[in-house]
Amino acid sequence: MHLENISLNCFKNYSTLEVAFPKEINCFVGANGSGKTNLLDAIHYLSLTKSAFNIVDNQNIQHDKDYFSIRGNFRVNTKKYQVQCSLQLRQKKVVKLNQKPYEKISEHIGKFPLVLINPHDTDIIRGGGEGRRRFFDVIISQIDPAYLGNLMQYNHGLKQRNSLLKQFAESGNPDMDLIAPYDQIILDLGHKIHLERSRFVTKFVPIFEQHYKNLSEQKEHTSLHYTSELVQPDFDSRFRHNLQRDMALHRTGLGIHKDDYVFKIEDYPLKKFGSQGQQKSFVIALKLAQYDIIKDQKAFKPLLLLDDIFDKLDDFRIKKLMQMLGEHKFGQIFVTDARPERTRAIFESLKSDMDLFLIESGNIKRIE
Amino acid sequence: MQYPSKLIEDAVNEISQLPGIGKKTALRLVIHLLKQDKESTLHLSEALVNLRTQVKYCKVCHNISDEEVCNICSSHRRDHTVICVVENLPDLMAIENTAQYNGTYHILGGIISPIEGIGPDDLKIDSLIQRIKNRSNEVNEVILALSSTMEGDTTAFYLTKKLKDFDLKVSTIARGIPVGGELEYADEITLGRSILSRTAYLHG
Repeated sequence: MHLENISLNCFKNYSTLEVAFPKEINCFVGANGSGKTNLLDAIHYLSLTKSAFNIVDNQNIQHDKDYFSIRGNFRVNTKKYQVQCSLQLRQKKVVKLNQKPYEKISEHIGKFPLVLINPHDTDIIRGGGEGRRRFFDVIISQIDPAYLGNLMQYNHGLKQRNSLLKQFAESGNPDMDLIAPYDQIILDLGHKIHLERSRFVTKFVPIFEQHYKNLSEQKEHTSLHYTSELVQPDFDSRFRHNLQRDMALHRTGLGIHKDDYVFKIEDYPLKKFGSQGQQKSFVIALKLAQYDIIKDQKAFKPLLLLDDIFDKLDDFRIKKLMQMLGEHKFGQIFVTDARPERTRAIFESLKSDMDLFLIESGNIKRIE
Repeated sequence: MQYPSKLIEDAVNEISQLPGIGKKTALRLVIHLLKQDKESTLHLSEALVNLRTQVKYCKVCHNISDEEVCNICSSHRRDHTVICVVENLPDLMAIENTAQYNGTYHILGGIISPIEGIGPDDLKIDSLIQRIKNRSNEVNEVILALSSTMEGDTTAFYLTKKLKDFDLKVSTIARGIPVGGELEYADEITLGRSILSRTAYLHG
């Protein structure tokens, strides 16, 4: 997959911008605040119909303007597509494919896939289980649309059950006939979701480990485990016996909504004992594995966006990552870096065909 | 919005309370009424007042009725051995319009949804049980015609539990492919369900 060009109007700090990307490797360099990441975000919009950084769409309109518009031309194998994403203030966001607006914007997601690696990604490791579940849920949903449907149904059933628990606790009079259907929904869908997650992790782990080994030259042993209460053979009866506790807490204490993915390094939790560099490598390996999984699923290469990742990695890891780039493991790549000389040196050593763009306060210039 | 008259403002405020009507539409309706002759507005308000003060609910099935017992429940031509349980009046009317059903109804007045604070006590479930108890040798089937949502299914499950001690058949309306629908456009869940609950062809 190749993004041939992009044009922006009133998007973040860009008034108007038109730029072509004939090459596979594209580097955006420039001072902090010049708009490098904003350009990546515009690409993110074309792929996923939303910003990677700010979920409030109208805050991505340039100050004092009342609309933004992003247009890009993609090439997938030999077919060409035009994608346009625009927002007029106080109106609904419009996404068009070849000039035809989508009725449901969500139908666009997954057609032009992209993987973004940026400095905030370590939140996956350092944050709560919710972020880790979301990371994997997003990937599994792309592979299996039924998974997302089951997950949404499950969450709805869970909300209903929790409201019921609260009412039971207040009245002190639980009605088993009333809670039984919710228990059944949560157990049935829970087992399906659990099975999908287990299957996915089995497929994901070897790809992930390969990437980590490559990035760290096998110095450290890492592991990624999917943990869930549902592996217990007596889970269903434990779930039902937990009712008194659930009532006291007004929420459902057991189920796949408590699942987690445990990341370890040399058998210690990465969250607590991993160095910044190790955590960074771990996250990059997670994202590269995500890239491979989507590539397999789509049978073409997604875009890869690397936002400001050289700052936190040591030279060895940077070299490893660049080697992978040089071996053409990826398709089209967009990289940002505040230090042009570093990027130029890294990519010149690869002798790759690349374009270097200098970004200065909302303007772009290709450097020869 | 600024109105030139308090009378207009009051009327707009009242009308815009109705579902689907905002302030602008309400204002258009108010201006329309002012353009018409006085009688038409009086007829409208009279009809509304009568609707609200004189409407009755059937004491058997809770259908809206002009009498104590609605014309379905009091009809000798209807089959009183079957009760079709529905959520609300529009659902009852939808089934009536099929002209395929000749039994009686029972309107629950909603479906169970703990998020919205609606439990069995807020619905006409006790009166359904009572109704069946009183006529236990008369009623032999209850059809649950509830929406195919999690809330509809939960309500159906609950009712099934409450009805299990009676000697009667409890059935639910079939879920599947709409008539005239093409298979390739059916969603997977509906199609999956219609395969699971497929029906045998009757020969002869």
